[in-house]
Parts: sequence; C-alpha cells; structure tokens
Amino acid sequence: MSDKAPRLSDPGLPEHVHRKADTDPAAAKKAERQVAILFLISALGTILFIYSYIWIRTDRFVYIPVMGSQNEQQLYMGLGLTVSLLFIGLGAIHWAKTLMPDNEVVAERHEFRSEEADRADFVATVKEQGAASGLGRRSLIKRTLGLSLGLIGLAPLVALRDLGPLPKKSLEETSWKAGTRLVVDPSNRPIKPSDLEVGGVVQVLPELAPGEERTLNNNAKDAVLLIRLRPEEFELSPERLSWTYQGIIAFSKICTHMGCAVALYEQQTKHLLCPCHQSTFDVPRAAKVIFGPAARPLPQLAITVDNEGYLVAQKPFTEAVGPSFWERSS
Amino acid sequence: MKRLSRYRRHRFAGPTLLVFALFMIGTTFSVASATTRLGTSVMSRTAAVDEGRQIFLKGCSSCHGLNAEGGKVAPSLIGVGAAAVDFQVGTGRMPMADMGVQAIRKKPAYNPDEVAALSAYVASLAPGPGIPDQQVIYYERDGSTAQGGDLFRTNCAMCHNFAGQGGALTRGKFAPTLMKATPTQIYEAMITGPQSMPKFGDKIITPSEKLSIIKWIKAAQNEPSLGGASMGRVGPVTEGLLGWILGLGLLIGIAVWLATKAR
Amino acid sequence: MSSGEKVAGSVANYVDERTGAAKWLKKNLTKVFPDHWSFMLGEIALYSFIILLLTGVFLTFWFDPSQRDVIYHGSYLPLNGIKMSAAYDSTLHISFDIRGGLLMRQIHHWAAILFMAAIVAHMLRVFFTGAFRKPREFNWIIGIGLLTLGIVEGFLGYSLPDDLLSGTGIRIAEAIIQAMPIVGSYLSFFAFGGPFPGTAFIPRIFTVHVLLLPGIFLALITAHLMLVWYQKHTQYPGPGRTEKNVVGYPLMPVYMAKAGGFFFIVFGVTAFLGAVASINPIWLYGPYTPTQISAGSQPDWYMGWLDGLVRMAPPIETHAFHHTISWNILIPGLIVPGIFFTVLALYPFIESWMTNDKREHHLLDRPRNAPNRTALGAFGITFMLVTLANGGNDLIATHFSLSINQITWMCRIGLLVLPPLAFAVTKRLCLSLQRSDRELVLHGKETGRLVLLPHGEFVEVHEPLSDAEAWTLTQHEQLPPLELEATDVHGVRRPGGLRNRLRARASRANAEAIAKPKPDDLKEIEHH
Repeated sequence: MSDKAPRLSDPGLPEHVHRKADTDPAAAKKAERQVAILFLISALGTILFIYSYIWIRTDRFVYIPVMGSQNEQQLYMGLGLTVSLLFIGLGAIHWAKTLMPDNEVVAERHEFRSEEADRADFVATVKEQGAASGLGRRSLIKRTLGLSLGLIGLAPLVALRDLGPLPKKSLEETSWKAGTRLVVDPSNRPIKPSDLEVGGVVQVLPELAPGEERTLNNNAKDAVLLIRLRPEEFELSPERLSWTYQGIIAFSKICTHMGCAVALYEQQTKHLLCPCHQSTFDVPRAAKVIFGPAARPLPQLAITVDNEGYLVAQKPFTEAVGPSFWERSS
Repeated sequence: MKRLSRYRRHRFAGPTLLVFALFMIGTTFSVASATTRLGTSVMSRTAAVDEGRQIFLKGCSSCHGLNAEGGKVAPSLIGVGAAAVDFQVGTGRMPMADMGVQAIRKKPAYNPDEVAALSAYVASLAPGPGIPDQQVIYYERDGSTAQGGDLFRTNCAMCHNFAGQGGALTRGKFAPTLMKATPTQIYEAMITGPQSMPKFGDKIITPSEKLSIIKWIKAAQNEPSLGGASMGRVGPVTEGLLGWILGLGLLIGIAVWLATKAR
Repeated sequence: MSSGEKVAGSVANYVDERTGAAKWLKKNLTKVFPDHWSFMLGEIALYSFIILLLTGVFLTFWFDPSQRDVIYHGSYLPLNGIKMSAAYDSTLHISFDIRGGLLMRQIHHWAAILFMAAIVAHMLRVFFTGAFRKPREFNWIIGIGLLTLGIVEGFLGYSLPDDLLSGTGIRIAEAIIQAMPIVGSYLSFFAFGGPFPGTAFIPRIFTVHVLLLPGIFLALITAHLMLVWYQKHTQYPGPGRTEKNVVGYPLMPVYMAKAGGFFFIVFGVTAFLGAVASINPIWLYGPYTPTQISAGSQPDWYMGWLDGLVRMAPPIETHAFHHTISWNILIPGLIVPGIFFTVLALYPFIESWMTNDKREHHLLDRPRNAPNRTALGAFGITFMLVTLANGGNDLIATHFSLSINQITWMCRIGLLVLPPLAFAVTKRLCLSLQRSDRELVLHGKETGRLVLLPHGEFVEVHEPLSDAEAWTLTQHEQLPPLELEATDVHGVRRPGGLRNRLRARASRANAEAIAKPKPDDLKEIEHH
C-alpha cells in the first residue's frame, strides 16, 4: 500500500503475471489433461448424435422434468450435437487460456493518411491519365456516354414489368353479386335466418358456381361475417338498416387496416376486435371504429332472403374491401 | 299365474300392489323424461328442481333476482338452459367471486349433485339447451381431428389462440385457455355462448362438427411439445425472450470466461 | 525435420510459388487483436451467419418453395387430409419425416434469433464506446446495412413455410406496400404477381432469401471484416495503450484458438437451443388462409417494435381528390423506421459535426465519459423497448390480467415521455459517475478502516489509486464546446446562422462533463 498520490500519466504496460501452467510443469500437464478430456467429451457427443440418428425410433417420447414429454430422438440428437460442438470450443479456449502464451504483444498503428508525396503523385496520375482518356476535352463523348449509360439503366426496370398484372379494378371487386347465397365456411351449407340465433356469429363465403373451386385469392376479399343482434339494438341509418335482415347484419371480415381476418366477436359488448393491431369495430353502428389504428369501418354487405328462404346478398359491396390504397376514393 | 292368485286376498296384497304400481309409474316416468344425465341421483325431477331453487335463492338470487329474472349486475337466466348453468357453475365461474369484467374459472363452489340440481331448476324456468352428456360421448369415434382443427382455426383460434392457450379481448376481458376444458364443457360453451363468447348453434356448427372440434381440442391438450420445451405455445414473443436471456446470456457468459486471464 | 514439417513445407512452397503468399501471411499471422469479451459480440453474429448458411443449405434439400395446393398425408395426424401449399407440406415433411429435420429447422431459426440479437448487442457496444468514429464511419454504415437487411432476411425466412402466423405477417407487409401513395397498388401486384395472396410470392422470396440476400450479406460481411482487419481493431483505454498502438494477442496461435473455439461454442449453444426449446411450431399454426387468424399474432422479436408502432398509431387517413393516404400505416410502417435508421446510419457524421473532431480515434470511450452520446443511446433503447412492449400488448394483457386498451394508451404516452426521461436520467448518471471517478483519483479508494485521531475525530483511511488505475480514469480527452458565434468580430451576421446556432447548442450539450482531475489538483490535495 503506497501513500503516494498516483501520477496522472501513462505508466506503460503492466508487468506480466505468470499463470500456474507457465511455471509449474505439473500444472501444465494438468491443464493439458483437462483440454484432452474436453475434446474426448466432444467425441462422445458425436457418438450420441450418430447413435440417436440411426437407432432411436422417431415415435418414442421420454419424460423430462420441467420440460414435459419430449421426443426422444430429437432431444438426444440435439444434445449429442450440442456436446460435440460445445466441447471442441471449450477445449480450444481452455488450451489457449492455460497453455498458449498470454504475453501481451504490442503492434504499432500507422496513420492512414498517405504521405504528401504519395498524395501529390496520386493526384498527378489521375489528372494525367484522366486527360489521356480525353473525357474532359471531348464533351460529345461525355454527353453521349452519359446518355447511353443512363438509358441502359432503364432496361432492367422495364424488363420487370411482367412481374405482375396491373391492378385495374381488382382491388375494388369481390365475388358478391345480387342474389349470391351466403354459405358457411368451410362446409358450404346455405343459411336460413332461423339457423343463426341472437348472439351468434358465422363465417361465410359466397356460394360457388357448379364446378368452381375455392381460391385463396377470392377468399381474401370475399370473407364475410354474419352476426345476429336483436333488431332494436341497431343504431343505423335507414339505408344501412335496410341492408340487414331481421337483426342479421353482414360485414366484410377483412380488416380495413391491414387485411387480417377480423373475427373476434364479443357477444355482450357487440364489438368486433381484430387481433393483429386491436382495431375495435362497433357492430350496432355499422362497424364504426372505436379503438385502434383502423381508419374506416368494415364494409357492410346488404343481405336479404331469396324465395327459398336462404340468405343472399342484395348487391355487391358498395366500396372496396380490405386495406386502403391510393386510388380508393373514400 | 295360478300360484300368484292364491294370494289375492292376502292382507299384504293391497299394499304390495300399491308399491308395485308406484314403482312402475315412477321408473317409467323418470326413464321417459331423462334429461340425458347419466348416474343422477334417484331423486325425482321435481325434488331436484326444488333443491336447485333453494340453492339458487341462497347463492344466486342476490344478483340474478329472486325469480332469475336478472337485474342491474346480472342477466336473466330464463331460457339459458341446463347447459349454461352446468357450464358456468361446473367450471366454478359462477358464483362470481369479485365483480370484475369477467368471471374466471376457479374451484367450483358446489358439488356435482348441487350443480345438477341448479341446472334442473333453471331448466324448469323455460326451455333452453340441455346438458349435452349424451352428445359428446362418442367424440373419439365420430369426430375428425383434422376437420376439427380446420373448424377451430376458422371459428375459435382468433380468440382462443392457435393452440387453445387463450387470448386477449377488449378492456381486460379475455378468452380463457382450453387446456382444462372437458368435452361436455366445450360443447356447452359452444351452444350457450358464455359471457363474451358468441353462440354457435347446431345449424352453424353441426353436432358432428362440434365433436370434431372437441376431438381436436382434446388432442391439443394431450399433444406433447414436439420440438422441445414449448414456453406456453404463444408464439414468437416467448421465443425472442428466451433467445436474448438464455442464448445471448450464455454466450456472453462464455465470452467473459474466454477473455479472463487463467490462474 | 519431422515428416509433418516436410509435408507442410512442400504445401507452403507450392502455394507461395503461385501467389507469393509467404510475405503477407507472415505479416498477418502475427497480427495483434485486443482481447475483451465485448469484442466477441460481433463474432457471435458472424458465426451465427455461418450456422445459418450451413443449416439453411440442409433445409433447401427438402423444402419445396411452391404455393401449389397439396393434400397432406404425412406423419402429423391432426393435419391429415388438410389442403395446404407445397411449401407448408414440405416443411411438415422436414419436421416429422426427415430424421434431424426438426432439429435443423430449429437450429436455423434459433441461429437467426441469435444473429439479430448479437447484431444489436454489437451495435450497442460500438455505439456506446464510440468505435464508429473516424476512420470507422463507413464500417458503421455497413453494419447498419447488415442490421436492416438482417431484419428483412429473417422476416422472409420465417415466412417461407407459409403457415397461418407468418402468412398473416405477409398480409400486413402487403398492406404497407399497398398503402404507398401513387405506386402502392402497382408495387403490390408486381410483388405478388397479382392480387393477394397469389401463388408467386413464396417462390420469389425463396430466391431472395436463399440467393440474393445471402450474396449481399457475404459481400457486406467480407467488406466489414476487411475494414476491421486493415484498420486494426479498437481497444479499451488503459496503461500502455495509446492511439498509436494495439495491445493484445497474435492471430496465431492465441486468437485462432480462441476465435475458432468460440465458433464451436456459438454453434453448440445454438444446437442446445434447437434441442431443448421449441421454436416456430408451424404444425400448431396450421396452413395459411386469409380467412383465418390466431389471437396473439406477432412477428419475430426484431420486428416486434414495428408491430408495436403500428398498433399504437392513431387512426389517421386523409381522403382528398378521390385519393387516400393512410397515415396510420405510412407513419409507423415506413416514415418513423426510415427516420430512425437514417439517423442511426448518419450518427458518426452527426457527432463529428457536433464536436468538429476530425482526428482518428482508436481508443474507445468509457460510456460515462461521453454522457451525451450515452444518453442518446438510452433514448434509442427506451424507444425500442416501449414499441417492443406494445407489440406484445395482447400477450401482456392475458398474462398479467390487464386491458389491452390501457396498455396501448400507456405505450402511446410512454413513447413520447419515457425516451426523453431516459435521456435526462442517463446523462445525469454519467456525469455522476464522472464525479465519482474524480473523487476516486483525488482522494483514493475507501478502505473501510477507521482511524481515531488524537483530537477525537474519526476518519476513514483512503488508499490512493495505483498509477495504472488513475491513468485509466483520467486518460480521456475532454474537448471544449465549439465556439460559433452567430455574428463575427465586426458584428456582421454570419451566413448559416441558424445552423451554426444549432451546432453550438448541440456542441455545448455534447461537451458537458465533469472536469477530470489534473496533476495540479492532486498536488493541492497532497498538501492538505
């Protein structure tokens, strides 16, 4: 313990402290054995991996505390691989730490900035050879070079045009037409109003034409949610009220925010919740947004019944379904 | 017959006949009006309804009204059916312990006989869905796990999560985990639409489709985690936490060891 | 000469006669690398990248990047007979019918998680120690590029199996593209080959994920490492370490053993995670269809902050002249992240603008000695943590019995309030630490030994610091703030006045520090 106050200048590299293995051959031998054991454990791990891969059946399960029932082959293969890799690393590092020289070495840094002479040479070379190219003097070459290179940059952009079709009216149209029957998803059963109780909800799609198959592209716009309330619970304009049928109201299931399926219906509050970003829509008020980032209510599908008593659409959606886009006018 | 007629003027003939007749009427009546409840007590239905009414008056009427007509804090129970009562009281949700946004599953306050009695009482108030014990018995035989999974993902996963672990609703409400639900409770929940859950009537999800959903949920309850510890089956959030805490933590720990001078 | 040396000799001769390698190998085999655990964070990222390449190639041997419909008939019975894409079907096949398939899938995904975590940790280390200063600005920009591309690569990677969770993420990405003004719907149709979901997207992102981005990564990582090699690694300050030297261990044998060994460690830990922790269990999610969704849908953690921003955005859309601009998507999805990453990438230049320091720096800063920078870092981290928390608001709500509406509002307000608060607190903390360093140097360490003086006073004995310790605490530079007057000596208004005033303000804030002790201060104390 020194009573002197420290000097506030660089004292230089501290004195090297020797490790046990540096001075004591027995300690060095011990360290060597430890490294060897680590490498051997790794070998055992590889053997476990190969054994599990070949001889453990894929349908066996083993109970591990805390983790529960685990697939035996997956677990032992994984642990075997872990041990085989980890212990090579542990061995190599232990070897470096205990046996390889750990004297700190000093190397010089050189400033990156080149010598003035070199810089001057560089500038002179560039000027000279640049002038040799003639680019500076021959402005016709310069300008036409610029034109040709610039134009050629357009070629790859143009070549990508066939990546996809133009959207045209695709974003604004769905399969729903006047008279299209609503059918349950996925069983494709048509629905009578009496099938749906108050407080009930059903996921529907448009009825398929004979021979037609469901496609994800169509479903991504056609999915509709049917909800039944008591008619007196609606707070709708007369026009929107005419789009409902005996308390049954239909909305597009595709969130107007970013297109997730809005399907969480809270029976008591009559709110629809989208699980992606928590936009909340109030069903009695035509799916008006009451919380969350969605900016528009869910489009309502006008429904009625056909002459056989099944629920059908009165007409197509009066606005585009799903997330917004530049060309959307409202 | 001749041997029996020798006793027709026996002094016990009358009472025996009376007891026999009562027994026949009672058994025929209870068999004919069985409310699909296996192994119920021998109590006749009216006795169950009475007991149920007593339990109701003591434990439920303070919120639900003396005649189950409902009130400011609790809805009417007229027409909800035995299924609703069996679900709510059988899972311990009712009686509600505290007046939060949602009733929570907890240890039931009543034993199965009392629950049956309550159900019988509420069922007696007005027609409603009955306890579906008979319907669910053969879910293993009649349900399809794969179809059930598809139906589950269309109708249930948006609230209950892809593996039935539960999910958030608005304002503190939630769809609970399904990992403890029995087949009967699942069926009852679908037909009665408890609390925030919508009703899924038999024309919307047919009884056989309901069995498939039940079969899938049971399979999900029993499926071991196939890739290792599952951390709740709620998706990337827990995976990211584990990666940072265990993965990066272990690696930084080893890096510190690596750079420390050996003794 | 042993036979081993003979063989090595002839190999070396063969190579040297064709490349002249002996000279530069000799120089580079003895290259010095400083040794500190915090310098291994970048290595974790590098080795994770290699693991991703190795396990990724394995997966490509069985993965079918096609969206054509197939009916599943593999070993996982709960999906038997279900219609799904070939991509999802082949991923199930890898998971259940290929031995080691699930293990490789999981190692691949855990390696991706660790890759991104290590990049962020490494970036924070570089930021807080000021390692991005000249001459390493360009390397910093490459690093931010790697971070951004890594986020995209990870997103595309976990979207390849076409499951319900990742498909929902693609839907959201499509909505962001579609929301872009003027070109949005066209870009979306070009990216997806038509309307969403189409059948072109998975095959296209497969090419990007497996060929294009890994190629760019290899190039960027090579440039990143070459710069570190050529410019030499930075080092922490301490006795014997100056701006003009590097103190450490030579590449051969120490660094080779330690770094090589660490590769196996990273691989081993990743394999361990792949063995015991389930990740991305796509069989539970089900195949993607736009009519289904799960509660609690989140992206992987490195995109959680984007999800959180989108969730808390106010519902603002403008409709004018028959056109719609969705600010509720553009601001959180493109504008705020764009600003964040741009400021992050340009930070070395912003700081050198504030300090006007044009010299090379090879000694790292102790974070407390750069209080403004450290506080800015805390600001950024807090911003990220609040948005990340909001990204998981529905899981927080179910787990802790809270309301998602309240959590969203708390995060909205928190995003505006907490980062500046973190800035202020961190800056004060750093200045406090500087003060405590000053006390240590001037008065020494407290020993806990009390001495009773003759006149009755108790004093605690302080032990002076060693020369090495004192040097470490005082070697840092404390630059004065820039002096930029709005007017020059004659009172003439200097052009660019506002910019200069801003620069002076920033420079003053940046230079705020507790003066480090000078030798004169020590002398004064000695004579107490």
